[in-house]
Amino acid sequence: MSILGSLDWNDIFIVPFFTEPSLSTGIAAGAGGVVVLGALAVMVLLTVKGWWKPLWSNWITTLDHKKIGVIYIVLALIMLIRGVLEAVVMRAQQVSPAPGFLSVEHHAELFSTHGTIMIFFVAMPFLTGVINVVMPLQIGARDMEFPFMNAVSLWLSIGGAALVMASLVVGHFETGGWTAYPPYTGIKLSPNEGVDYWIWSLGLTSVGSTLSGINFLVTIYKQRAPGMKLFDMSIFAWATLCTAILMIFAMMPLTVASLMLALDRQAGFHFFTATQGGNMMNFANMFWLFGHPEVYILILPAFGVFSEVIPTFSGKKIYGYTSLVWATIAIAVLSFTVWVHHFFTMGQTANLNAIFGIATMTIGVPTGVKVFNWMLTMWRGKLRFSTAMLFSTGFIFTFVIGGITGVMLANPTIDFATHNSLFLVAHFHNMLIPGLLFGMFAAVNFWFPLCFGFRLDEKWGRRSFWLWMIGFYGAFMPLYAIGLMGAPRRMAFFTEPAYFPWLVIAMLGALCVLAGLIAQVIQIWVSVKNRESLMVPAGDPWDGRGIEWSLGCPVPEYDFTTIPAMTSREPWVDAKEAGKRIMDPTEFVDIHLPKPTGMPFLVGLVATLFAFAMIFQMWLIAAVGFVAMWVLVLIRSYDTDWEETITAEELREGYEAHKRLVETTPQIRLDDEFTTKNRGLIMETQV
Amino acid sequence: MSNTGAAHAASHDHGHHDKTGTVIFGFWIFLMSDLIAFSLMIANYADAEWHGIANGPSPHELFSLGLPTIETMALLISTFTFGICTLGMKYGASMKRTVGWLVLTLALGAIFLGIELYEFHEFWTEGNTPQVSGFLTAYYSLVGLHGLHVTSGIIWGILLMVQMKTFGMNDLIKSRLVRLGLFWHMLDIVWIALFTKVYLMGVL
Ligand code: HEM
Ligand SMILES: [Cu+2]
Repeated sequence: MSILGSLDWNDIFIVPFFTEPSLSTGIAAGAGGVVVLGALAVMVLLTVKGWWKPLWSNWITTLDHKKIGVIYIVLALIMLIRGVLEAVVMRAQQVSPAPGFLSVEHHAELFSTHGTIMIFFVAMPFLTGVINVVMPLQIGARDMEFPFMNAVSLWLSIGGAALVMASLVVGHFETGGWTAYPPYTGIKLSPNEGVDYWIWSLGLTSVGSTLSGINFLVTIYKQRAPGMKLFDMSIFAWATLCTAILMIFAMMPLTVASLMLALDRQAGFHFFTATQGGNMMNFANMFWLFGHPEVYILILPAFGVFSEVIPTFSGKKIYGYTSLVWATIAIAVLSFTVWVHHFFTMGQTANLNAIFGIATMTIGVPTGVKVFNWMLTMWRGKLRFSTAMLFSTGFIFTFVIGGITGVMLANPTIDFATHNSLFLVAHFHNMLIPGLLFGMFAAVNFWFPLCFGFRLDEKWGRRSFWLWMIGFYGAFMPLYAIGLMGAPRRMAFFTEPAYFPWLVIAMLGALCVLAGLIAQVIQIWVSVKNRESLMVPAGDPWDGRGIEWSLGCPVPEYDFTTIPAMTSREPWVDAKEAGKRIMDPTEFVDIHLPKPTGMPFLVGLVATLFAFAMIFQMWLIAAVGFVAMWVLVLIRSYDTDWEETITAEELREGYEAHKRLVETTPQIRLDDEFTTKNRGLIMETQV
Repeated sequence: MSNTGAAHAASHDHGHHDKTGTVIFGFWIFLMSDLIAFSLMIANYADAEWHGIANGPSPHELFSLGLPTIETMALLISTFTFGICTLGMKYGASMKRTVGWLVLTLALGAIFLGIELYEFHEFWTEGNTPQVSGFLTAYYSLVGLHGLHVTSGIIWGILLMVQMKTFGMNDLIKSRLVRLGLFWHMLDIVWIALFTKVYLMGVL
């Protein structure tokens, strides 16, 4: 076998179009072309503008948790664009006359990449990014506990995403859905590199996520501001803590299952091959031992976001803090007890199904508690419908519908009828779009000023919300209907005329979602253009409640000039009520921040090369890559000079400067919050 | 995988409170996630040992207790010697003694590994390769995963001794040694589970 393993000319994205020209191969070639041209365009732009150097020194080598968070979010947005475009193509495929313009294989590749991308390369980086930016600021920490490891996680995730992008250009992705069940994904039925793309791109990100989970957990345990008890933390920090625990325990089953699949495929092992004593159900069990906690990894951070946004824009403190915390913990624990509901139909006994069905319904209880908490927080508040608040209220409304269909599916007898139908597809999109994306959109709109110093444009924000909201209903309510009429999921085309009108509505809905996404791109564009008038240098543009709002915007690299004194659950609110516009400093001391380093980037790069080599069976290159990765880690372990000091004096100057700024910023009324008068720190005393 | 946590965690202790304690805490958490991998492999083995025989041998036909017992003793003793090594370090033993106990520990680890590889080799030449049945797949993977961990522990130990030479016994090195110790002891505990499940119950 050659050093290039199984790679050959036919794997290059445009070749199939010339050997078998069709619309399907044309679209594939076009998508590959977009990736290549996009990459080239970025490089040209960077070169022309002379941005390589700042990119390297300010971003790629950064260990600052806020910047790492921003990079995660940018990654998520780029992948979101691809995911939504794929969804639109699938929708178009199903409304065009059967058998549609895509080959069945190509359609299968689309739902597989769409699902994989949305879960692992949109949702995961998005929430990891938001946690990175916000959580340390909310607990009064200066950084993650392990900043270097944090950057390694980032670059592993980017590596995984890069592999999925590469599958558009070199070879193919798999066609077995985001769950990649064997035996279909075994070597016999899926001989090409597609499944290996799935295995290794997920391998990289899931190691990254495990490390992130460890990082978040240790940070929360060890880095809270002195005096902050666990039950003084913000709800978002609580959500992060529970998410972190889920990440630590849930990613491993995925890694194990996918490596077993790799051994079956490449080494002739028999974990899942039924003829030789393997057992496919072990895959299903392990996958969902990961998969179900995963959906709570996806949803808990968003719950945390809503629990910050809703009190702020209701002008009230969160209703029932303790019950919300316990509900979060309960959800995290229960999430490990329900995985079998993903395969009620696979032949276990009715009693087992009943137990897991009941366990599943139980999760509805703590979730219901939360919904009431949010509603009661809004009750009699003075509501202000910012973009973030719109997404939050839109979430509550929509999510409850998804919850109800979830309880329906939890009933095994109903699930037997709806398993693998579009009803299920409607259900989980109904959970994930409000319960994950809306949360992340709210987070970006809410916390954006912390990173960049200016607010996002509200007009385009509101437009994007309405387009997403209406688009969601258009795209997925019809799927409930045709799902109940019997339409299975993962079909390349339907020949049943009764489905057709519904599919057309779903198509229009998907286009509306796409328009929402475009509105968001415009929103960012317009905001960057008008940033001068959107600046909020004094910080706290929305009369916020968490201590992150006691900082100026953008937040300086060292976050806090002095670690805030935690006198209560909401010391910043107390300070404002006492008429202060800046928190009293505690003690100025010299601090150490990690120096920027290119090492995490290199580790990620080498790991990605290793994974790519594994996909195409270039064993020699893979071995070299694997060893190189560890050599890099070893080199780093010799580096003892990894910190730079910021003196107490500099911090004091930072504090004084912020104080002067705050004192000269005019006070405005809450009603002017979304106007250009808002330079931060609105000071209207509230009831 | 196994020393990712360690090397990174070690590489950037910073700031405030008790950094060594924090890094060790982080490493504990990492070990817990590693334990999940072992638990899943054991569960998978427990299934394959019954339902995965296919045309291959059964555990009863394959295993005997002789070598595995010696193997187990080697690993158990190595945990003891590692304990002495870290305890000694805590009470200010000289570097030479610490290194001595570490060398002994790693040597015992190597003996363990040698026996394991010998056994793999024996099975393999009899035609009992992992490709024969679900059971053999599970056996090689479970025991092999543990073996890979021991291997990386040994490599880590050797690299650490080199670092002891360059850096001397500073806090960083001590913390790394403690983490290697945790790792090593965990492997021992995992092995007890493996020995019981695979060999003892297999032979019975
Ligand atoms: C933005 C609008 C979206 C649209 C229009 C959309 C559309 C679709 C369509 C048409 C399918 C294939 C259904 C079938 O099996 O026939 C699908 C599958 C899927 N989608 Fe989405 N989707 C969207 C967003 C999302 C989001 C945000 C997520 C997760 C965070 C997501 C996760 C998935 C998953 C996991 C699958 C299953 C893939 C599989 O069958 O393996 N989608 N989506
Ligand atoms: Cu589930």
